[in-house]
Amino acid sequence: MAASRSRLESWAPWLLSAVVLVVWQLVCWAFDISDFIFPSPVQVARSLVEYAGPIAGHAWKTFWTTMAGFAIGVAVGVLLGVIVGSSRFIYSSLYPLLVAFNSVPKSAFVPILVVWFGIGTVPAILTAFLICFFPIVVNVATGLATLEPELEDVLRALGATRLDVLTKVGLPRSLPYFFASLKVAITLAFVGTVVSETVASNDGIGYLMMSAGSSMRMPLVFAGLFVIGVMAMAMYELFAVLERRMTGWAHRGQAAAT
Amino acid sequence: MTSAAATPFVDFRSVWLAYEGQDAFAVEDLTLSIAPGEFVAIVGPSGCGKSTFMKLATGLKAPTRGEIDVEGARLTRTLKIAGMAFQAPTLLPWRTTLDNVLLPLEIVEPHRSAFKRERAAYVERAKALLATVGLGGCEDTFPWQLSGGMQQRASICRALVHQPKMLLLDEPFGALDAFTREELWCVLRDLWAAQRFTVILVTHDLREAVFLADTVYVMSKRPGRILARREIDLPRPRDLEITYSEAFTDRVHELRERIGMVRKAS
Repeated sequence: MAASRSRLESWAPWLLSAVVLVVWQLVCWAFDISDFIFPSPVQVARSLVEYAGPIAGHAWKTFWTTMAGFAIGVAVGVLLGVIVGSSRFIYSSLYPLLVAFNSVPKSAFVPILVVWFGIGTVPAILTAFLICFFPIVVNVATGLATLEPELEDVLRALGATRLDVLTKVGLPRSLPYFFASLKVAITLAFVGTVVSETVASNDGIGYLMMSAGSSMRMPLVFAGLFVIGVMAMAMYELFAVLERRMTGWAHRGQAAAT
Repeated sequence: MTSAAATPFVDFRSVWLAYEGQDAFAVEDLTLSIAPGEFVAIVGPSGCGKSTFMKLATGLKAPTRGEIDVEGARLTRTLKIAGMAFQAPTLLPWRTTLDNVLLPLEIVEPHRSAFKRERAAYVERAKALLATVGLGGCEDTFPWQLSGGMQQRASICRALVHQPKMLLLDEPFGALDAFTREELWCVLRDLWAAQRFTVILVTHDLREAVFLADTVYVMSKRPGRILARREIDLPRPRDLEITYSEAFTDRVHELRERIGMVRKAS
């Protein structure tokens, strides 16, 4: 029973997607909706196949732009997180600023970035970076700041330096927080890239959707949406797998024994 | 142990401590000497500054007034020869039991520099220590796979693996059930008998203090002062049976009355 139940669970997302697609298709047929307004899944699939070449090109562009922004975001996020998390003084001085920065919509930065760097890849990478580093900072800082004081006493009574405490306990302990934040950050990075591509680029999925929309090719716009969704979901799953691999000890509910 | 009396291992002379930003003192006028290899227990009501005492003895906190000598030298910064264990085992969940026990050797000199080279020898040492506390065969399990009592055993091994001269225990058995607690008393008794490190045991369990210690200090409610010092002259090695003897219960009673007076006095 348990086995068949868990198999059902792993198939559930696919089943639900299939149901949604079927209903969508039926609605389009039943109400005879024009594909200029709301294309049916079949039309979307057709344009996916028809424009497979250009879509793949733009998708690739979007993908590596996102990964570049994400990589910078991880590097900066971890660094800031370690700094913020290991000093109470820095925590209290820097944290409010970070929160203020994070509540500014990142699309508002795109025009500024365009003035500085021109239209193209650089603003997209930077937007992806700006939007995705914050959750990493917060999570790494939390992981470090919530270290048990007793554990720190044990280590300090052994003559451990701050660096020792950080590398032996602080960082390993914040790994689960870090991986959890990567899952959020990678999806946000795609948002950043696409937002920037829509307004300030000549390639990438964002640009593709923008130009397809302005020439009323709605099935192609939806195809773009679909491709972004698939890429973001695939990356999310990748990091979820990585998280389980690296920090199995933190998710021990199922394996616990005594 | 005659020479011990001459140069105390730990020497507190009128030590006062107020935590930062607080006017009231946490401990007042602590004066006591602990001989090398002595087993000292500190008992008192909760919040009496017993844990503060431990922080002072390791140099984690510097006294506001007074002086602390360890091994004849003024204590000016954190000691590097102490092992500590607390009520919570504080083991690292991403390390196996063996790797948890090895942790101090990765930090304390001279083991730190030799760790990579001598790893096999250190692993042997840790395994032998685990075996003496009854954790043989648990080396590769993770802490969360062990029971509370087993985790606490591992925690004590971690405190002892670098062969510290001083072991500080802050209510290490407080969270355990009565049977496991008594079992671990014996584990600690045997480890101490074999290695003769200096022990400072902070506890609120008077039977534990009398069973294990050479000397018991009674502390008052906050601000903590030392109210009484009692030498426990029960013969060693002590067996659990002794806890049912009259000599034992008399001493526990006497300490209990001291604590009772602490209450009334406040």
